[in-house]
Amino acid sequence: MTTAIDVAGVVKTFGQVRALDGLDLQVSTGEVHGFLGPNGAGKSTTIRVLLGLLRADSGTAQMLGGDPWNDAVALHRRLAYVPGDVNLWPNLSGGEAIDLLGRLRGGLDEKRRKTLLERFDLDPTKKGRTYSKGNRQKVALVAALASDVELLILDEPTAGLDPLMEAVFTECIDEWKDDGKTVLLSSHILAEVEKLCDKVSIIRAGKIVESGTLAELRHLTRTSILAETFRPATGLDTLPGVHDLVVEDHRVNFDVDTEKLDGALRHLAEFGIQTLTSQPPTLEELFMRHYGDELAAEQAAAEAGAST
Amino acid sequence: MSVTTAAPRPRQHAAPHARGNTLTGTGTLIRFILRRDRVRLPIWIGAIVLSVVGSLPTFPETYPTAADRQARADLLDNPATIALTGPAYGKDDYTYGAMTANELLSFLAIAVALMSILLMIRHTRTEEETGRTELLRAGVLGRHAGTTAAIIVVGGANIVIGLLLAVLMPAALDELSASGSLLFGAATAAVGLVFTGVAALTAQITEHARAASGMAAAVLGLAFVLRAIGDVGAEALSWLSPIGWAQRTKVYVDDRWWPLLIAAAVTVGLIAVAFALTSRRDVGAGLVQPKPGPARAGARLSSPLGLAIRLQRGNLIGWTVGLFVFGLGYGGLASSIEEFVNDNSSIADMLEQGTGQTIIQAFMALIIQLMALLAAAYAVIAVTRLRTEETAGRAEPVLATAVGKVRFAVSHVAIALGGSLLLVVVGGLGLGISAALTLEDASVLGQFFGAAMAHTVAIWFVAAVAVALVGLAPRALPAAWVVVTYGVVVGMLGGFFQFPDWVTNLSPFDAAATLPGGELGTTALVIMGVLAVALVVFGLLGFRRRDLTTT
Repeated sequence: MTTAIDVAGVVKTFGQVRALDGLDLQVSTGEVHGFLGPNGAGKSTTIRVLLGLLRADSGTAQMLGGDPWNDAVALHRRLAYVPGDVNLWPNLSGGEAIDLLGRLRGGLDEKRRKTLLERFDLDPTKKGRTYSKGNRQKVALVAALASDVELLILDEPTAGLDPLMEAVFTECIDEWKDDGKTVLLSSHILAEVEKLCDKVSIIRAGKIVESGTLAELRHLTRTSILAETFRPATGLDTLPGVHDLVVEDHRVNFDVDTEKLDGALRHLAEFGIQTLTSQPPTLEELFMRHYGDELAAEQAAAEAGAST
Repeated sequence: MSVTTAAPRPRQHAAPHARGNTLTGTGTLIRFILRRDRVRLPIWIGAIVLSVVGSLPTFPETYPTAADRQARADLLDNPATIALTGPAYGKDDYTYGAMTANELLSFLAIAVALMSILLMIRHTRTEEETGRTELLRAGVLGRHAGTTAAIIVVGGANIVIGLLLAVLMPAALDELSASGSLLFGAATAAVGLVFTGVAALTAQITEHARAASGMAAAVLGLAFVLRAIGDVGAEALSWLSPIGWAQRTKVYVDDRWWPLLIAAAVTVGLIAVAFALTSRRDVGAGLVQPKPGPARAGARLSSPLGLAIRLQRGNLIGWTVGLFVFGLGYGGLASSIEEFVNDNSSIADMLEQGTGQTIIQAFMALIIQLMALLAAAYAVIAVTRLRTEETAGRAEPVLATAVGKVRFAVSHVAIALGGSLLLVVVGGLGLGISAALTLEDASVLGQFFGAAMAHTVAIWFVAAVAVALVGLAPRALPAAWVVVTYGVVVGMLGGFFQFPDWVTNLSPFDAAATLPGGELGTTALVIMGVLAVALVVFGLLGFRRRDLTTT
């Protein structure tokens, strides 16, 4: 499997602000890669470095075998981009903007353009000024999806879409994936990433903090267990990987590191399991853990600061 | 990223007693506008006031005796100068006061009018076009609060300018009376107030800020031309022009206040119409509803240049028509000047300016230089469009396609260079054709047209300065206007102020300033040409090297 995007140790500063702080990101050809992070974590900055719109201060970036800054024009023929905040020309119609962007990239697929307009229910005769946020996004999506390229770079593409259009978008990305094409999808919507992506990289404060397949990442998270046993369960608190244990008579409730799940269940079985509910780890939990910790730490720091 | 916006601190809302009041929140908005323009407003006011007050002490140095002043007054009494600056009042006893009014008032009127137009549109239609008004209007804010706050701030700026002039002018030049200076300040402010009203109105008509400023600027251009034609011949036309009203106060000569009543009445009328229109229309909409566009792009919209042409063509068409009409109008004055010269042959000799030019040539040289300055102003605006596309986030999707940064920038630079060339060609032709017709002398067409073309290098030099700024110091782009302004001051007011040679020579527009009839400064042209090429190249390289400004 070849690498479509390979970023290593990229640093980008804006004055005092360190937007990217040694970022590493690998995207293999043919995968849909989720790029997950809260607002301001550096997702758009990373994408703009990949597009050659911003120049990295240090580190290396490779995309489709070329250098994003020096080979920008040649690389851009092979990719399509949907910005997070789509700004259209006020006096150009949506149809004109789609054609223009397609032609500047080197042409678009007429048939796909037509079906995409229908699927996204977009009126191409309206002027850019009169489109709503969601419709501006659709213009950019149609322009990108109607092009015949190997790589799609999408920066929070569904932020303004209604649930119906989101479903259309999901279909389109699935079809794209079936054609063996690569997608980099930045998002803060976890359900979307879980639904669409093969692999996920989580960015925090300009650094990738986790990266891997959903299965690999789930491995790092905790499963929530609620069980009733014939005899009151004891000794769970001494087991490795068990957290937040609550024992009430015959009921136990705890979280367990997914890799220690087996040991915990064996231990529990000794007391005779009557009922068992387990909640699988979600990406959301993973996400919350990364940012939740940070939030808690920040809150503690703020409180400490306020009290002095 | 920590971008702090100019949000005012939360204050108590005036909601309880404000039910149904369309002016609710005006006070907060006024403070908000003052906060946003805390640098811009003092610069406008300071530059305008200082340019007048600072130049006054040079009067006694340049024209120390009554005889010197009288010689200057005799120069004014010809259709050429009258068409450019206005009717010369008080020529019989040409005091410093009469001099101040004749030489400075019309330029000052244009400056305050431009300030009023730009600031008004900035705080009304621009806010609405960007959607920020919607956010504010969703809060506790009356329908008319936005327009009212802008009118109060911009009108206030005009009144401050008027008051500062009234106080500082007598201080700078003893011969200027306090009462006359008060009227001078009032006349200046009156023109500004009329155009505050004009801009308040044009902001209601169209959805686009650019079009709104363009319309208001066209009214200013019309006011200038009406006054020029009126002052030379049919005086009734001058009474249709706000600049004409200010001049007809005969300030420092007769000190008439009543013409300003017309300005006051017109201002009130314009504002009333603007208010009525605001009540009738939706937020964000203009009076003209947008029509649906084509579902497919035309064949020309396939390249960055095609896009740049599409984005800039409306503006360029407006400027082209404007300059053509301007050229036709001033060319038509040629016969009036000729008649005047024939009637006063002794004066014609005196008017020889050491440049070998006839009076018609000297006048046309000034008009041609003014057209060149206008074309340069257009070039700066056209280059600025490149920067606007970038900061508005519209360059980003284009640059994410197979379009390189240099190619993208070159497309807008090409419009600036080609468009400004088109303007001098059309302006020169307009001037030449109408002069040739009225003088019944075909040879002047080539002469005047050639003189206009000779300014091309200077115009492109100004454009090149703007390109270099976009590439190397994009935040400093407005500094390109300094070059244009310098050219206007030196070129248009130089005859009066008699600047030292090096000051005059420093203006890019000096090289061809004595054409037709005089000599072309070829060395200066070569230097400017080389510099222009270098500036464009460095600007483009800088644009390629630097990060795109993103939001």
